[in-house]
Amino acid sequence: MSVQAPRACYVHVPFCARVCPYCDFAVVAGRNRDAERYCAAVEREIRADSPARPLEAVFIGGGTPSSVSPRLIGRILGALAERHGMASDVEISLESNPEDLGAHAVRDLAGTGVTRLSIGAQSLDPVVLDALGRVHEPDDVLRAVDAALDLMHSVNVDLIFGHPAESAASWQETLARVVAAGPHHVSTYMLTVERGTALSRAIAGGAPAPDEDVQADRFEMAVRVLDAAGYGHYEVSNHAQPGHECRYNLDVWANRSYLAYGLGAHGYRDGVRFRNVRALDAYLSRVEAGDSPRQGEERMSEWDVELERLMLGLRLRTGVAAGQGGRAFLASDAGRRFVAMGIVSHEAGVLRVERPLLTDAVIREVVALPRVSGP
Amino acid sequence: MATPISRIRNFSIIAHIDHGKSTLADRMLERTGAVTEREMREQLLDSMDIERERGITIKAQTVRLAYTAPDGSDYVLNLIDTPGHVDFSYEVSRSLAACEGAVLLVDAAQGVQAQTLANAYLAIEAGLEIVPVLNKIDLPAADPEARAYEIAAILGGDPDDVIRVSAKTGAGLDELLARIVADIPAPTGRADDPLRALVFDSHFDAYRGVVCSIRVMDGTLASGDTALFMATGGRHEVAELGVLTPFAKPVAALGPGESGYLITGVKEIDRIRVGDTVTHPHHKGITPLAGYAEPKPMVFSGLFPSDGDDFERLREALEKLRLNDASLVWQPETSRALGFGFRVGFLGLLHMEIVRERLEREYDLDLVATAPSVAYRVTMLDGSAREVKSPQDLPDAADRLKLEEPYVRAMVIVPSEFTGTVMELLQARRGLLDGMNYLTEERLELTYHVPLAEIVFDFFDTLKSRTRGFASLDYEPDDYRESDLVKVDILLAGEPVDAFSAIAHKDKAYVYGRSMTEKLRELIPRQLFDIAIQASIGSRIIARETVKARRKDVTAKCYGGDISRKKKLLQRQKEGKKRMKMVGSVEVPQDAFVAALRVDEDQ
Repeated sequence: MSVQAPRACYVHVPFCARVCPYCDFAVVAGRNRDAERYCAAVEREIRADSPARPLEAVFIGGGTPSSVSPRLIGRILGALAERHGMASDVEISLESNPEDLGAHAVRDLAGTGVTRLSIGAQSLDPVVLDALGRVHEPDDVLRAVDAALDLMHSVNVDLIFGHPAESAASWQETLARVVAAGPHHVSTYMLTVERGTALSRAIAGGAPAPDEDVQADRFEMAVRVLDAAGYGHYEVSNHAQPGHECRYNLDVWANRSYLAYGLGAHGYRDGVRFRNVRALDAYLSRVEAGDSPRQGEERMSEWDVELERLMLGLRLRTGVAAGQGGRAFLASDAGRRFVAMGIVSHEAGVLRVERPLLTDAVIREVVALPRVSGP
Repeated sequence: MATPISRIRNFSIIAHIDHGKSTLADRMLERTGAVTEREMREQLLDSMDIERERGITIKAQTVRLAYTAPDGSDYVLNLIDTPGHVDFSYEVSRSLAACEGAVLLVDAAQGVQAQTLANAYLAIEAGLEIVPVLNKIDLPAADPEARAYEIAAILGGDPDDVIRVSAKTGAGLDELLARIVADIPAPTGRADDPLRALVFDSHFDAYRGVVCSIRVMDGTLASGDTALFMATGGRHEVAELGVLTPFAKPVAALGPGESGYLITGVKEIDRIRVGDTVTHPHHKGITPLAGYAEPKPMVFSGLFPSDGDDFERLREALEKLRLNDASLVWQPETSRALGFGFRVGFLGLLHMEIVRERLEREYDLDLVATAPSVAYRVTMLDGSAREVKSPQDLPDAADRLKLEEPYVRAMVIVPSEFTGTVMELLQARRGLLDGMNYLTEERLELTYHVPLAEIVFDFFDTLKSRTRGFASLDYEPDDYRESDLVKVDILLAGEPVDAFSAIAHKDKAYVYGRSMTEKLRELIPRQLFDIAIQASIGSRIIARETVKARRKDVTAKCYGGDISRKKKLLQRQKEGKKRMKMVGSVEVPQDAFVAALRVDEDQ
């Protein structure tokens, strides 16, 4: 197994003004007063790490990184540059909420080195925004996209579809208006009911659940509209104008290693997948005491690596080199069935899911493949 | 110390379920000093857990009580317990054959119920003296006057002769004991006559082997004798004779009129036939006592282990249960959907439920049971006849000359306000009214001929719920009648699922087919292709549902943070799928079989 030093890095900023009802990420609401202290801890965690190599992609996710001062983001980026170095054309992505992106904010973020702004628009329909528990207005999104297009190398808009409050017309209009606004990249996420969220409790209490068939229709609509507008569908939930694919995510999906800092962050380095503690206070106290915030790690076997390579690669619309695992899959009963049904194709050594909506059905069989030995 | 035969009384208590038989037996044990209060466990005679929980008696037991009458004379009372449920009426009748009398116990609030009548008739047929007793007179709802009148109307006596007791408080118990001695005749039989003893029950004891309950009619059986079992021809040395007080107490001999237990060292329960006559080998020309009809299973169900690896454990468990339940019969059955299992015959629905519960609880088995079926009689074109206990075995209509199904004579006792409801229900179940008899002005007995298949499903529960619990039911096998029956098959993606096949009356086949296909449409998860669920009679499709192909099976987000979690989640989901049963290319969750076979109210 080739072990290359990571060239991609994830940083987690957990602060949010409030927790969205569908969110199950590692977030903390109402503790922005701890932002300064937290960023200092992240800096400390970075400095304590061993150097990798100049970074080509950094992703600052959350939480809501735009809810903390750009000055703090700048300090974290400074620490990264100091420790690992930065490639001259590094892509630095930052997740943001439209309501945080006032006139100065975008400029200040650009000033810290952020090159790619990801805007959590979710929808341009006030009814859907309300159902999703979001507080911004559709116009906030359009203003933010405009500002970012001037100052950023790449702009992404995140959308969520398939909420029972959404209609086909509303989704179509959201897509059309986003296309008209002209970001370089659009992520379209099917609303998923995660366990333990306010949304799942509401549904258990009788609120309508997302409909699988409706979501499938909306998914297909998004692919159609965005493709026609020049956004290539390159991953299950991601569409980009040529050259604007998210570089950090491409590394993750190619099963390359990546660094990770901050609470709840997951990284992959030297063949080991690791994760940090998820609770804010535990993270702070550990790092401040000079201890590692790592909570768990797992060394990947060669076969694990092969299965994960396929699992991630099959989500890409380009497909993935079949390799040893792919050949084993194609030889299995399930593999033959999927090929016969036209769900999976195999051409010139590339394995590809032809019906992205059924990706998990394929992956479920792949990750259960018994180990194959030898090349 | 031998008791003179004139001082022996052999009797049973017979009652409808829940009328307080076991409690009364407990009080008798206490009152006669057979057990101290410390030894007294509630319902001592019901020893199995399930009996205690459900408050019913399954195995008959016998206990010997010492009783001193008010005039100072000492008596031996042999109380022979009887099961209290319709499924076990054959056990009731064989217990009654060991008695000269019976205490007919009736709840003073509920009055005469279906099993009160059924048991009373059994006792009358057996020529027993009946001592009528009203129980629970301490209940606020008790109406002893009206109930006594009811009893008198059935037995033809005087309402004032009905004894009133409370088994709970012990009130009226002394009068009852005195009446047992006064009214029930002493046994007849002479100690020096050739031996004739009736085997009226047997059970398996892990240490002692088969233990027989016997009643000596004539002659004397002594420890060390060689006992000849007339029907089987088996000769076995008497290893131990004894009585239950209720604790086992060995005795040297049992004389005429006495009841007790007999241990011979036989280990296999099949070698002892209940109803056999025991004698001495040197007696010639003995007429055996009237035996009993072999208990005949009436209801059949396929039992399959949820986990195919448990098949052998299921077989062993059935064999162990059979040690104490000779009525249990089975044969191996293979189902494409459910794997290897057994088709098991039961005496009735309760018997089926009890056996299933014991298998699951005592033997820790997880079982799937197919819908209960009855034994159909098929006459083939060539005149040969066969019995069909499983829908899978039903020959093609083209090869059959005649198809008959078993009928029962069902007796329902119900307050008259529910007469219409009950008649409607029985009519819907293809019942034919046979008789209507007012017990009192407000309660009547309805007798119906009804196909057994119509009552094995959910009839009793439906009857109870529609009459707010007031109706009681008893049934006995009647005859076989030709019926317009068809076999309904259920197909998944064109593949018949044997576990769901059913033999149904032509008029109900459509309802069965539609309800089964609808249920399965709800229960079968969407898969990658459309799944047709069809019900058919032969090649004719009578109902169809479709489980539409799954269009979406994908996780929206998969980024750096989710990789291990997502992989493990998908691996777990795949593991879960392994527990599904494959019917052709269709994955069916185990639960779906269970849920589809569960019967609902409106079926």
